[in-house]
Amino acid sequence: MQFSGFRVIKEALTGHKGWKPLWRNPDPQPSYDYIIVGGGGHGLATAWNLARTFGAKRIAVLEKGWLGSGNIGRNTTIIRSNYMLPGNEPFYELSMKLWERMEQDLNFNAMVSQRGILNLAHTDAQRDAFRRRGNAMRFAGADSELLDQDGVRAMYPWLNFDNARFPIKGGLLQRRGGTARHDGVAWGYARAADRLGVDIIQNCEVTGFRIENGRLRGVETSRGFIGAGKVGVAVAGSSGRVMAKAGLRLPIESHVLQAFVSEGLKPVVDGVITFGAGHFYVSQSDKGGLVFGGDIDGYNSYAQRGNLPVIEDVIEGGMALMPAIGRARLLRAWGGIMDMSMDGSPIIDRTPIEGLYLNAGWCYGGFKATPASGLCFAHLLATDRPHETARFLRLDRFARGLVIDEKGMGAQPNLH
Amino acid sequence: MLIPHPLLGLRDAQEFTYLGDAALLNRPDGMAEGAAEAFFDYAYLRDNPAGPHRELWFHEQGDRSWLVVTRDTVTHEILGAELARDVALAAKGGAQ
Repeated sequence: MQFSGFRVIKEALTGHKGWKPLWRNPDPQPSYDYIIVGGGGHGLATAWNLARTFGAKRIAVLEKGWLGSGNIGRNTTIIRSNYMLPGNEPFYELSMKLWERMEQDLNFNAMVSQRGILNLAHTDAQRDAFRRRGNAMRFAGADSELLDQDGVRAMYPWLNFDNARFPIKGGLLQRRGGTARHDGVAWGYARAADRLGVDIIQNCEVTGFRIENGRLRGVETSRGFIGAGKVGVAVAGSSGRVMAKAGLRLPIESHVLQAFVSEGLKPVVDGVITFGAGHFYVSQSDKGGLVFGGDIDGYNSYAQRGNLPVIEDVIEGGMALMPAIGRARLLRAWGGIMDMSMDGSPIIDRTPIEGLYLNAGWCYGGFKATPASGLCFAHLLATDRPHETARFLRLDRFARGLVIDEKGMGAQPNLH
Repeated sequence: MLIPHPLLGLRDAQEFTYLGDAALLNRPDGMAEGAAEAFFDYAYLRDNPAGPHRELWFHEQGDRSWLVVTRDTVTHEILGAELARDVALAAKGGAQ
């Protein structure tokens, strides 16, 4: 079933009786060439790229819950490529380019909206750092603009410019950044992968790995053993506990990050604003809710819910930046579990076990990486070589002293 | 969350800062054979369990003691707290 304007009009005129489920719900086969563990954005994008870009057959995606029930359904939908380091910026810019054509590639409306992302600067030093970051972005082919205070005022005159502690001095703007409909991303990849013959198997939890002489043979699941040529694990948030079943310890702690949405309001924030000094960021959904978040709760958690002190902290950050938010009511709060890696950067690599591959450590930046993560992980699975733009995202970089320390804060996940 | 401080009773977790796995108390010997690998393991690798987790909390806004808190990472339930000093001394072979 191909989506098109014609199709929408036809269905509208015939009572919407022709729509079909977006993907099948098959039972697992005894074995596959490729098994992707994790039916989130990265897992589904990987499966789709394996089938579409690398022509692989016999692919399954195993999801322990229902499709999209993890972080792809629990984020704040922001897409951007405003990184700085050589190991990161080209990767996220590749992702940004893939976002720009994703809806055509998938034939699915994921509501990709390049409404711009603005990082506010509050000190001369921060402005200098943003100038440097903006230049690094341009070196990697991304777009960036440095705004002075008047430039920010022209966009968002209602921001609290004269905050005693964090007066707004300017900002770094990436106009190609923006948001996408997070569930739509999962559904789009799932549908496109399913159309290429990928089996998406929901409610199928991986409970163990069958390893013989250092070679992976398949996975034990809640629905029985499934043989596999290669297994890619993309279970952000649960990477630690899933890989422990294969006997591996990772440079990762799992932490909870909360996010919030207000009641629906008239349009006020047309882009994405980040207030790094107070750690608050906000955008407005197409339904009108202010979508915002801040810091992680700061201790290991698998709870998929947070605690009240961080809610208070985030709201304080919001009040400092945009006092008008105090009149809005909070509609929902939720928590997602993040792989906090020890340098704040992700891992796409082989593991010491032959046939077992890892995609992990996205910290709280996994959503924007979805398309490039899928492409690079599929490249690794299909060819056994890292993709050109993901060649720095190695598992052994900590042992070799090649960490990608984007924020320069050291090996402590609670500082990212 | 409330942390049952062994000396001060129940204290709000907001008074504390978090360091991570209590295994960090066991710092490797830098002069020993294989120290580089031991320090890689110590600095970067984590068990990261889903369930009871022994971890270090610093009572920064209180008496500035370090605690080893046992907490369930799935439910956030706190199962116990000891002074990190006592834990470290016990590991070295009993009280001073």
